[in-house]
Amino acid sequence: MTEQRWPEATLHVVSGKGGTGKTTVAAALALALARNGRRTLLIEVEGRQGIAQLFDTPPLPYEERKIAVAPEGGEVWALAIDPQEALLDYLETFYNLKRAGSALRKMGAVDFATTIAPGLRDVLLTGKAVEVVRRTAKGAADAYDAVILDAPPTGRITKFLNVNAEVSGLARVGPIRNHADLVMGVIASPATVVHLVTLLEEMPVQETIDGVTELGAAGLPLGGIVVNMTRPPLLTADQLRDAAAGTLPRDAIARSLQECGLGAHEDVVVPALLREAADHAQRVALEDRERERIATLALPTLTLPLLSSGIDLGGLYELAGIMHAEGVG
Amino acid sequence: MSGHMLARAPHLDVDALLADPSIHIIVCTGAGGVGKTTTAAALALRAAESGRNVCVLTIDPAKRLAQAMGLTSLDNTPRQVPGVCAPDGSGSLFAMMLDMKRTFDEVVESHADPERAEQILGNPFYQALSSSFAGTQEYMAMEKLGQLHVRAQDEGTWDLIVVDTPPSRSALDFLDAPARLGSFLDGRFIRILTAPARGAGRGIGRLAMVGFGIFTGVLTKILGAQVLADLGTFVAAIDTTFGGFRERADATYALLKDSGTSFVVVAAPERDALREAAYFVERLRTDDMPLAGLVLNRMQQVDDPELTVEQAASGAQVLGELADSAPDDGGRRELTAALLELHAQRLQVADRQLHLADRFAAAHPGVAVARVTALPGDVHDLDGLRTVGALIAR
Repeated sequence: MTEQRWPEATLHVVSGKGGTGKTTVAAALALALARNGRRTLLIEVEGRQGIAQLFDTPPLPYEERKIAVAPEGGEVWALAIDPQEALLDYLETFYNLKRAGSALRKMGAVDFATTIAPGLRDVLLTGKAVEVVRRTAKGAADAYDAVILDAPPTGRITKFLNVNAEVSGLARVGPIRNHADLVMGVIASPATVVHLVTLLEEMPVQETIDGVTELGAAGLPLGGIVVNMTRPPLLTADQLRDAAAGTLPRDAIARSLQECGLGAHEDVVVPALLREAADHAQRVALEDRERERIATLALPTLTLPLLSSGIDLGGLYELAGIMHAEGVG
Repeated sequence: MSGHMLARAPHLDVDALLADPSIHIIVCTGAGGVGKTTTAAALALRAAESGRNVCVLTIDPAKRLAQAMGLTSLDNTPRQVPGVCAPDGSGSLFAMMLDMKRTFDEVVESHADPERAEQILGNPFYQALSSSFAGTQEYMAMEKLGQLHVRAQDEGTWDLIVVDTPPSRSALDFLDAPARLGSFLDGRFIRILTAPARGAGRGIGRLAMVGFGIFTGVLTKILGAQVLADLGTFVAAIDTTFGGFRERADATYALLKDSGTSFVVVAAPERDALREAAYFVERLRTDDMPLAGLVLNRMQQVDDPELTVEQAASGAQVLGELADSAPDDGGRRELTAALLELHAQRLQVADRQLHLADRFAAAHPGVAVARVTALPGDVHDLDGLRTVGALIAR
């Protein structure tokens, strides 16, 4: 049995460079953590409706909705946080200002405030996520066992989470400051882990390394690195070396092709296979180099395969199963 | 094998586009992570080496690519890339990386007297707007494009500007954010906020003033008086010094609709990237903006498509069984089986990519497409960019 990872965490923040599949990873994580009758909430904050597309459901409102059932009877819920709705929610919860809120919205003031007030937008988005997390501590009936936040990309994640620093230009004292302190209290605590999703390519790995440095400098809690869309090597190390050097045994390959009935057109087939092998060897070498760079981070690393059928609901369950086998959930 | 709709799509003739003297601006757009910056840089280099005087505006290049183009100093102005020209000595390449905050600061400095400018630059609301507002990067990319265009016309330094677009949440943000920021700064709410400064009541309804009262009440409660004072300064400064944000945004928008502009939509053969590309293509059509076509990056190359997935897979299986029953010399059967499996995998990936691209082509039959073979590694130097340029133009 693999040791369970991040057993303390109730807020999993998932970030990654664009195109690395962070929404997919966040969704699979929500499924994995919901196993065995648990209840998780998957949150998105960028208005992309990526969760709805992934689970093939209608667009998500600013309201918690059940979207999937996990293996062994757990539930995954989802919520799309919109900053304007979150501001109205905030005004209502803390100031009982719902009616004034809708008047302000008509004037464009809500749009204005969430757009321009430094850091207000992010503190509202993270604040809502933290509000859900805090229900667990309070033992509320609508609490979740874990909250998974599909967060902004790596380039913006530190700023997004470091709300204290962000609102400092706006509010040195007062209610927003207090709210930011409360949010920060959860985000910078052992209840939170930040995971970064990457591919075995140079740019995503570089962003991941930069992200780890920035998150560390800001005192934010790192979780793991998720290496996504990997392909298992088909050739041995020796074969890869020969493939790269162009010294694979042509005649032996041609003989084997004849044995399995593919001997026709061997003058075309053999060179094609050799070129593909050389290309593959070059790619594997680059991937190995990136894997080494990731290893220098000395963080728990989770490796997920590229699913040949593409990502659909079945694929999410497959990835969640792999995460479970690796000690997640 | 899918791909028949894609096969019917017109071919995007990149060299003809780059050589067209009536084209002065090429905008590369698309989802994040599809190779937009590399595509923009490769097109710019190829144009320069075929004799055009090119300026490429990149937004957020990878460090090594930036170094390859000599983008080591961040002075927010184009610098010539040394050693780039056509064989006959004509053509040149200038490159710059957008510094969003600096561009915004320069807009302020050029529109306000020094004292006022300093006041604005130090204001926390301005600092938030100029460094982290979700649409500022797009707006400033447009602003810079407008500036470069004016400079190109006045000085004749460049006859082609290639623009990379910001890694937005959505590719459409590039088109929408400037207008949104413009209308936002020029909008009703700003007018309400600045009403007291202009003399209460003039053009502003009593109701709006009541609304303003509620707003300031709420803000004071939540943020405190200092913040309100900062906001007041900011709004007043914006009102007096900019006075036509929307006009500026409109002018750049018009430039994008000009017949001298051409859009290249960049995508990778993945569902999300192609969805973004589809949104963009539809939007360009709606807005009557000139689309050159789609550059489809990272297409899996298959060296011998005649050898099918089924053949390769069954061959691998036969060899596997043979190898188990009778040991051979040096594991040649295992090796060949692995090569066949690799071939089958590549075919499967290629087929899925073709299928996705095919659906795009079926929905957008008139859109010209250039398919670009995936390279095993990243591009870090001018030679790498030349290779990419040649692949796009193939």
